[in-house]
Amino acid sequence: MPRLKSATDLETRRQEILARRDPDKPCVTICSGTGCHAYGSEKVAQTFAAEINKNGLKEKVDIRRTGCHGYCERGTIVVIFPQEICYLRVKPEDVPEIIETTLTKGEVVERLLYEGEDAQRIIHEGDIPFYKHQSRIVFGPNRFIDPKSIDDYIARGGYAALAKVLSGMTPEAVLAEVKKANLRGRGGGGFPAGMKWETTRNAPGEPKYVIVNADEGDPGAYMDRSLLEGNPHSVLEGLTIGAYAIGASQGFVYVRQEYPLAVENLNVALEQARDYGLLGENILGSGFDFDVMVHRGAGAFVSGESSALMTAIEGRVGEPRPKYIRTAVSGIWGKPSNLNNVETWATVPLIIDKGADWFSSIGTKGSKGTKIFSLVGKVNNTGLVEVPMGMTLREIIYDIGGGIPQGRKFKAVQTGGPSGGVIPESLIDTPVDFDELTKVGSMMGSGGMIVMDEDNCMVDVARYFLNFLSEESCGQCVPCREGIYQMLKILNRICAGQGRSGDIELLEEIAEVVRDASLCALGATAPNPVLSTIKYFRDEYKAHVEEKRCPAGVCKELISYYIDPEKCQACLLCLRNCPVEAITGGKNLIHVIDQDKCTKCSACFEVCPTRFGAVVKLSGVPVPEPVSTGTEVKRKRGGKSE
Amino acid sequence: MSKVSLTINNQKVATEEGTSILEAARSAGIDIPTLCYHEKLAPRGACRLCLVEITRGQRKRLVTSCVYLAEEGLKVETEAKSVVRIRKMLLELMLASSPGVKAIQDYARRYGITRSRFDIEPDFCILCGLCVRYCNEVKGKNAIGFVGRGTQRKVMFFPDIAAEECPKCGECFPLCPTGVIPSNYALAKLPHFTYDNIRL
Repeated sequence: MPRLKSATDLETRRQEILARRDPDKPCVTICSGTGCHAYGSEKVAQTFAAEINKNGLKEKVDIRRTGCHGYCERGTIVVIFPQEICYLRVKPEDVPEIIETTLTKGEVVERLLYEGEDAQRIIHEGDIPFYKHQSRIVFGPNRFIDPKSIDDYIARGGYAALAKVLSGMTPEAVLAEVKKANLRGRGGGGFPAGMKWETTRNAPGEPKYVIVNADEGDPGAYMDRSLLEGNPHSVLEGLTIGAYAIGASQGFVYVRQEYPLAVENLNVALEQARDYGLLGENILGSGFDFDVMVHRGAGAFVSGESSALMTAIEGRVGEPRPKYIRTAVSGIWGKPSNLNNVETWATVPLIIDKGADWFSSIGTKGSKGTKIFSLVGKVNNTGLVEVPMGMTLREIIYDIGGGIPQGRKFKAVQTGGPSGGVIPESLIDTPVDFDELTKVGSMMGSGGMIVMDEDNCMVDVARYFLNFLSEESCGQCVPCREGIYQMLKILNRICAGQGRSGDIELLEEIAEVVRDASLCALGATAPNPVLSTIKYFRDEYKAHVEEKRCPAGVCKELISYYIDPEKCQACLLCLRNCPVEAITGGKNLIHVIDQDKCTKCSACFEVCPTRFGAVVKLSGVPVPEPVSTGTEVKRKRGGKSE
Repeated sequence: MSKVSLTINNQKVATEEGTSILEAARSAGIDIPTLCYHEKLAPRGACRLCLVEITRGQRKRLVTSCVYLAEEGLKVETEAKSVVRIRKMLLELMLASSPGVKAIQDYARRYGITRSRFDIEPDFCILCGLCVRYCNEVKGKNAIGFVGRGTQRKVMFFPDIAAEECPKCGECFPLCPTGVIPSNYALAKLPHFTYDNIRL
């Protein structure tokens, strides 16, 4: 492939690619993001290839494996163009029917379509409620592009922003545009990217470095992963534009080793970009030289912290260092180094392409553009969603997420990952905005959003995050290492029914010191899950400590399962499903749980038919004396209990 | 080198530019507690005991005095209420993890901490890292280092280097505030543990 020597060359290449492609030719796109891959998307793709061959359609139909579409709940997702027919939960065995009905006859397979309210079927992907309320400006292209094909990216106007910058904008003008757009870092802190770029640009010292932070490590969050896997060129294009504005000739992508597909697609993208002359020396004939190295992280959460990440790139242990000189001024090997996360970099080409005014017309006063969230937990539609800043949590959870499954009651949403906090129902109309989320005691973070219902215990939630952080603290500074450990011990004993009076206050006391005294942001934000759950759910803590009761019925040591002898119909279901044979009884005999044997696995509770409702969960009250063995059941008659 | 003058606890202190607040304070006879500081080593800011409150304009903030450099006109409070609250908690936490270490006992007494509200789980090493950093920065040998993270963090001799270097050096032993490094080394020197005996 000859290198592109100018912006005109790039446009010519784009026209050539488009000329080779017939927009009316059917194309089967199969989501091959990590979520769908786990559902078996590769098998679906291979079946499509084999069946299309078998039906002699090879010349008439294209197949494309694309990046993540975001609706991970319903994978494997298959979209057929040009009509944009969207099939959900596609299995290999569905493929022959799709080929026969859709590709041959031009009709839709009803049963694979999205089923909306009133059993109405929805054909087009964009009309599905999950997608309809989103603004997928950064994440949207994923579904049209084969991440391993630079031509797919260029065909959609990719690298045009870079060409625009290199052929007609000064670095100062690029910087001014990004500053004007008021793009804030999507990695957690929300620091204005343009200001950071300017600091690095003006800092003394050469060379300067630009870095992509792809060390996403929040439990349940995978926005950056899906973007890097699904559209790696958008990140590289943004990075190259940033390098030009800052005056860097070397870039790094710090990506987790645990993201093998992201590493693979990124390396393919780098090779292709180099072949096309979009990386390397004299990019697009502009005289600007820039190349990128991939650094694979070894799986430490703390390495997402800027100074730790840079220390790791230097080849040392990825631990934060105290910094009163910012990494933007003194980073890798003491040189000015600008770090932004995947999503921030991927947003840059859009700002250049469509202008700062367009970008800043989206969002709120202080938070511009869109944000991708990983919507998970107790919500009907789990997946990745991209919404304009300022949308309320309620809209995200109910309009896009489809509400809470099984009609349960919403309790709280946790945003910002382990460094964030929980937001209770009373604040569900809070807009997603860097400053608003911080105001209510949580944070934007990188975009984790875990929805919780009435069955989630808030003390247990705090304990979960602290457990994560205690394992991920690097351990060099005392407040983070010892403080998190002691907070976790207190939470463990509260959940185990060993809570002492004064424990809640002690938690707050430690939390404040850990927040104020820790060396890096990991420690400084670690108390957030504890402080925010205490702030909004203090009564739940008190119930654990004072009454030894877990209101949500989660903490095993505080609950007991009991079979109501008045309601038991001796159906044997719970007895057969108990994995530890803790239930005695028999045909016509009331079932009884041996409390000493019971492991509180909840199996009996779940299998007991709703119409009986005999197995109950007790917390904070003593378990009634069991009926004597061999007592016969009282049958329900005529729907009335006696 | 030019001079800068700052105010520490209402006392005017003049010092060379590039001096940390901690060094400036100590040169003026003001003691700030530290566990991980050593004049021969690059400051690490790990023990957090040396936090002080600085005021610039109207803005107060906490900084690590071993790392933060003295600035002209800076106002520093080494025993501000916000600082003492933190030191007390840190010492209480360390009394639980390293109750037998004299340096910690002394500081705890100074700040009126007599007992810890946390369960005592004694460990000798306080993870100050003086030995590790000395071996790395001054000796350039890396015979000793940190292993693991979080509460699993440990200081360990790397046998192949330690067997070669430590018998002729031992300079980190007097730096150890707990005595655990020399005693571990002595243990490792017991006949059946020596590297020579393992070597076949």
